Amino acid sequence: MIKCEHLTKIYKTGDTETYALNDASFKIEKGEFVAIMGPSGSGKSTLMHILGALDRPSSGTYYLNGKDMLNLSNNDLAEIRAHDIGFVFQSFNLLPRTSVIRNVILPLIYDRKTAPEEREDRAKQALIAAGLNKERWHHLSNQLSGGQMQRVAIARALVNEPDLILADEPTGNLDSKTGEVVLATFQNLNDNQGHTIILITHERYVAEHADRIIEIRDGKIVSDEKNKRKIVSAIDKLS
Amino acid sequence: MRTSDLLQETYSALISNKSRSGLTILGIVIGIASVIAMISIGQGATSNIQSNIQALGSNLLIVMPGSSKGVGSQVRGGMGSATSLTIDDSEAIEQEIDSIKTIAPVVSSRKQVTSKNGTNTNTSIYGVMPNYFSVKNITAELGELLTDLNINNLSKVAVIGPTTRDDLFGENSDPIGQKIRINSQEFTVIGVTVTKGGSGMNNSDDLIYIPLTTAQRYITGSESVSMINIEVTQEKLMDQVQQEISDLLLKRHNISDAASADFSIMNQADILGTMSSVSGTLTLLLGAIAGISLVVGGIGIMNMMLTTVTERTREIGLRKSLGAKNKDISTQFLTEATVLTSLGGIVGIIIGCLTAFLITKLGSLATQVSLFSILLAAGVSGLIGIVFGYYPARRAAKLNPIEALRYE
Repeated sequence: MIKCEHLTKIYKTGDTETYALNDASFKIEKGEFVAIMGPSGSGKSTLMHILGALDRPSSGTYYLNGKDMLNLSNNDLAEIRAHDIGFVFQSFNLLPRTSVIRNVILPLIYDRKTAPEEREDRAKQALIAAGLNKERWHHLSNQLSGGQMQRVAIARALVNEPDLILADEPTGNLDSKTGEVVLATFQNLNDNQGHTIILITHERYVAEHADRIIEIRDGKIVSDEKNKRKIVSAIDKLS
Repeated sequence: MRTSDLLQETYSALISNKSRSGLTILGIVIGIASVIAMISIGQGATSNIQSNIQALGSNLLIVMPGSSKGVGSQVRGGMGSATSLTIDDSEAIEQEIDSIKTIAPVVSSRKQVTSKNGTNTNTSIYGVMPNYFSVKNITAELGELLTDLNINNLSKVAVIGPTTRDDLFGENSDPIGQKIRINSQEFTVIGVTVTKGGSGMNNSDDLIYIPLTTAQRYITGSESVSMINIEVTQEKLMDQVQQEISDLLLKRHNISDAASADFSIMNQADILGTMSSVSGTLTLLLGAIAGISLVVGGIGIMNMMLTTVTERTREIGLRKSLGAKNKDISTQFLTEATVLTSLGGIVGIIIGCLTAFLITKLGSLATQVSLFSILLAAGVSGLIGIVFGYYPARRAAKLNPIEALRYE
């Protein structure tokens, strides 16, 4: 589904050039749960922005569902974001003082497909999938706890039924217990509903919830392998 | 983005930031309302002055000494300062020119006046003939007006205006028979005139009328008069009579060239013109005040709109990451700015008109709300609101979504 070759992103400040991303190549198949892991400043956020059609690489190629993302206009990229990609941010980014339902409906306003009558049902399905308690649905976004807010954000990412869900440090602002619950939600979405999930994190224990871990350092991919521990624990469960 | 979604988004954005929206609207309301109220006061004052002048009577000619037309190579005395007009001129006009209904010469002077109980005021002293009161439509509230006998006897009697009475003897007191001193001469008050509502250049309530002959003898000490009021029988004869008076006086004063006349004749149109230029200045002044409030209001609107957009840069970034196109963002902010300015505009127009109405109700000034002031106020504030709501939003919409999302 995703095919990246020789992705490079250079930031210029004065005369110095910084390689935020240096010759990164990889593929991600439909239904995978991948963690991109690296310390801060490693280029993982840049990579996420490029994968999420929020930014363009300086050079290299990026195909999403066979579409060459480098040659699309800003409006085309906006449409890809509206239809094919769902974002979950570290700082939730909900609209303040706005009801949960309206926050989840927001992406449907921009996708030009969903009929207004269907929106509320779609939002409710997404909220169920994200595991938010029904009695919170009509609360205002600022009346929720961190974990609840992140579930609303996940529901908002799901509501368009995107091919790809990008989560940027989704547990970064949560305590470890709530973080586990949110990660379990991603796991569930991947296992039971087949969503492709890319999880960006700087912490190994978070990355280990994924099936595959791509490690990035100074803009270069240093390792890309299956998450052995998870396989082991899965085998343990089976036997 | 559908239109219904646009309206829904605008509604919920404005509702979820009630105080910010409220303050923005308030800024617009104050800007628009003050402009409308100011201009209505200016225009009310203008028409008030004009109607006062017309109430003086339209058949009035006023002859004054000195030249009013100061343009020319020769240096001339200011209007009214010369002593070229005499009581004989007045009598000659009365005898030799037809179509004159009444003729009322006046000697005027400004003097300090003291009453017996020590209070004093500085006011205009008018030496008049008894017919002056009929020309000017003045009647007595208390006591009586001047008579021919007072003229012939050079009586030291005075008829005072109600404001002068209030100043000298206390409000609404009865001063008949009291003594006042003008120019160290003692006068007896014999009457108080009915209030005419003082406005314009001369407050006809703050005056003292004494017999013309007395004024010439004891106050000015000369034979000259300050002004001759002439009431013409018919309005259509005004120009003709004015010409005849001019010819007569030129002959009497031995002046061959009309351009160097030592007197001037004003008719109602001239006075109206002078007054209009005065009230024009007044309107200009109020307009300037209104203009300043418009600018202040505009800057308020501008600040609100700029902060709103800056505050919401992250939201713009979020909306873009959820698939909003640049056009969606700028249209939404334009709609919000339009809704805010229209709401503020409507309320502002209502409050402005209401203020003007209240001024009319409570004060003496009849204000006039004009369509022009409404259009001006609403147009300028609306334009500022929309431009400064739209422009920063358009800039924010063009931002890279990542930068917008990171904006703190």
